[in-house]
Amino acid sequence: MAKKEALLTGTHFMNGDIACAEGAIAAGCSFFAGYPITPATEIAEHLSERMPEIGRIYIQMEDEIASIAAVIGASYAGLKAMTATSGPGFSLMQENIGLAVMTETPCVIVDIMRGGPSTGQPTMPGQQDVMQARWGSHGDYEIIALAPSSVQEMFDLTVEAFNLAETYRVPTLLLADEIVAHMWEKVVIPSAEKIRIVNRKKPNVSPEKYMPFMPDYDLVPPMACFGEGYRFHATGLTHDEYGYPKTSSSEVQERLVKRLCDKIRRNTDKIIRVEEIMLDDADIVVIAYGIVARAALSAVKKAREKGIKAGLLRTITLWPFPQNQIAKIEEHAKKIIVPEMNCGQMVREVERAAKSTLVVFLSKLGEEPHTPMEIFEAIRRNC
Amino acid sequence: MVGIMRIEIRFAGFGGQGIIKSGIITAAAACLYAQKNAVQTQSYGPESRGGACKSEVVISEEEIDFPKVVEPDILIVMSQHAYNEYAENVKQGGTIIMDPDMIPHEKDLKNVNVFRVPATQIAEGMQRKIVANIVMLGAFVAVTGLLDKNALTEAIKANIPRGTEELNLNAFEKGYEYAKNLLKS
Amino acid sequence: MVQEIMHPLSKYLREAMIPHIWCTGCGNGIILNCFVHAVDELEMDLDKLVVVSGIGCIGRSAGYTNADSFHTTHGRALAFATGVKLANPELNVVVISGDGDLFAIGGNHFIHAARRNMGIKVICANNFNYGMTGGQQGPTTPLEASTTTTPYGNIEHPFNLVHLAAASGATYVARWTTLHVRRLTQSIKRMLQKEGFCFIEVVSPCPEIFGRRNKMRTGLEMMDWFKRASVVENFSDPSKAEITPEKLVVGEFVNIEKVSYEKFLHEKISQINERKVGW
Repeated sequence: MAKKEALLTGTHFMNGDIACAEGAIAAGCSFFAGYPITPATEIAEHLSERMPEIGRIYIQMEDEIASIAAVIGASYAGLKAMTATSGPGFSLMQENIGLAVMTETPCVIVDIMRGGPSTGQPTMPGQQDVMQARWGSHGDYEIIALAPSSVQEMFDLTVEAFNLAETYRVPTLLLADEIVAHMWEKVVIPSAEKIRIVNRKKPNVSPEKYMPFMPDYDLVPPMACFGEGYRFHATGLTHDEYGYPKTSSSEVQERLVKRLCDKIRRNTDKIIRVEEIMLDDADIVVIAYGIVARAALSAVKKAREKGIKAGLLRTITLWPFPQNQIAKIEEHAKKIIVPEMNCGQMVREVERAAKSTLVVFLSKLGEEPHTPMEIFEAIRRNC
Repeated sequence: MVGIMRIEIRFAGFGGQGIIKSGIITAAAACLYAQKNAVQTQSYGPESRGGACKSEVVISEEEIDFPKVVEPDILIVMSQHAYNEYAENVKQGGTIIMDPDMIPHEKDLKNVNVFRVPATQIAEGMQRKIVANIVMLGAFVAVTGLLDKNALTEAIKANIPRGTEELNLNAFEKGYEYAKNLLKS
Repeated sequence: MVQEIMHPLSKYLREAMIPHIWCTGCGNGIILNCFVHAVDELEMDLDKLVVVSGIGCIGRSAGYTNADSFHTTHGRALAFATGVKLANPELNVVVISGDGDLFAIGGNHFIHAARRNMGIKVICANNFNYGMTGGQQGPTTPLEASTTTTPYGNIEHPFNLVHLAAASGATYVARWTTLHVRRLTQSIKRMLQKEGFCFIEVVSPCPEIFGRRNKMRTGLEMMDWFKRASVVENFSDPSKAEITPEKLVVGEFVNIEKVSYEKFLHEKISQINERKVGW
């Protein structure tokens, strides 16, 4: 009974959704629960075939609320778990993304952004969920979101999303757009020893001494799982280090919620990834992510050919937001251009971080992302 | 085979004609079997069948930054609607390969090489209308010489249902021959 | 010398979380008691037991049980439990929650977990209203009953939970009241040993919130109604299992054998690896 290979080491030509699914498998994801939605469905379809053949779990749930709930359950039962959706489903998941934050559940949520609001344009791209990703659930929290720009990154960043989720015990989002998800490109899947895999910290105390929400020095508590003999309680209510509800204590609320934020805030240097292209001497800097970053790169190259000192900052990590990297740009850049496929979301953060540098926003909605020429024209006009 | 900087190809028609698959096969051929960089993107409506649909491929010797087609060098078009939409957008000196039976109304286009390949009719002659897109791919290789025949046939085999290899390769060959004859005449 | 006397079942309870939050006359303590007795009589391994609950008064049971436990968001206990059971089928996964949690906000999850025959054991405390939020109308509130949101009397027809569970595909379906302590305990024991999705409705008194608006001001008065009206009709048609002031039909309605989702899935996985897939 030869099981199929889990890791498809080699060179492939695949689309972003499939690369994401294979990235999850490579990261050790053993549980996927989802609900069909364009343009994320191919992830579920692919995993419905792949997961059983390598002895892992795939289930289609009754809706996205159930999908994320099942993912949290599976994670607490010890498996690396993922769900994938798009805007409307992502909205439905927000309640339990809050639960995952509160119960410090390592899990990955893929949101393939399409045009909204509401049902919007199911088959068309968008970057309209950037703020929903950050603030979609109620209450204060910090979350991690990564934005891939290529099919290779759909693989690589899915692996990274699992590693971050397991390291910080936080739901981690892969915030991709429809174009990257449906685009076909070359993907190189490395051999197992070349893929960095992180697993959650386990407790090294006896069950009697285990406090499920007592953090280590890094503010992250080690995680026991159901069935391991620790017999612990977890709740979406405000809770103390034992996991017991403390719904009337201001002190516990303050301690818990601040720690949930601080475990990310104090580690931003380790979490944040950006790509800096020709930034050192740049007078004018384009800040972009996802598919738009590729048009921006083309535009910046063209500008350099024309003697304009342009550069590109590609925010691979959208949340926590790379403020320091933007503050650095401010030292030399005269203007910042932010093209986004929305009516202005990340640009607000850029404006906040840039303080005095003039920020120009380029909006685009609908089928096509900004063309390189459109961004180049904006560079030319503003240099 | 000469080095290519950046070639943009657009496939367009309606859902169900295998338009998206054609793009994927072409890009896979370039990427996996011709050692070039290639990327395929697509656009379609919410309909499963019948809606307007396009599939775009960029092939380059260099890293491809922007993956979408801006001004196609080559348009392969299989419906009147798509023709109306995209025919005038082809680069000066570019190429259109079209299925004339699907496009009764042609425009008067200047500075474009037009090849009329009755792919749907040829496929119907094989009792398999569904392979019309593969007929078009044969014609594409013959007309443009962009990719080796072998690269395309390998990519076709890797991207079709098992058991349909003979049918598809046959369709490819028929398109290739038809276009070769067009070139001669 | 004063000797500290331990309750024989205290090892099943998480004493740090007690005293509980329940009102005088509430039936939730009886339900938790019966559950713990069943676990004790079956000598279940507490390390392999997971108790999951949603939001509501009875939802606190998960925390009171000295097993692995999780208190989910409102309505999502069954969806969470589905993930747990599939991830580790060795675990005994029990959901203890209320009528509003399981059948209003969580209704969709209930019918689908039952349809799939997920190996989850469900105990539902039906108190006819939303107790924790102060007594609003819910999916089991009787016609004409008075609640804080039906001041002129309820005009919505209530769900018959046992009928719904049976129709959705549960392999075990029963209804008891908190008066039927021994039968309820036996029923929970039976359920815990079965494969697939199992459901027990426990009609439970809520005198402080529901009862006092409906002429049953004390727990005793509500229990008196259960005593007066209850009729045991085992394996009768659950669609006819009424709950009215005159008649409260209790009993076991369904007890069938059907392969559970998780077992089916793992059989499928073996078949796939042996290349015997298909219809």
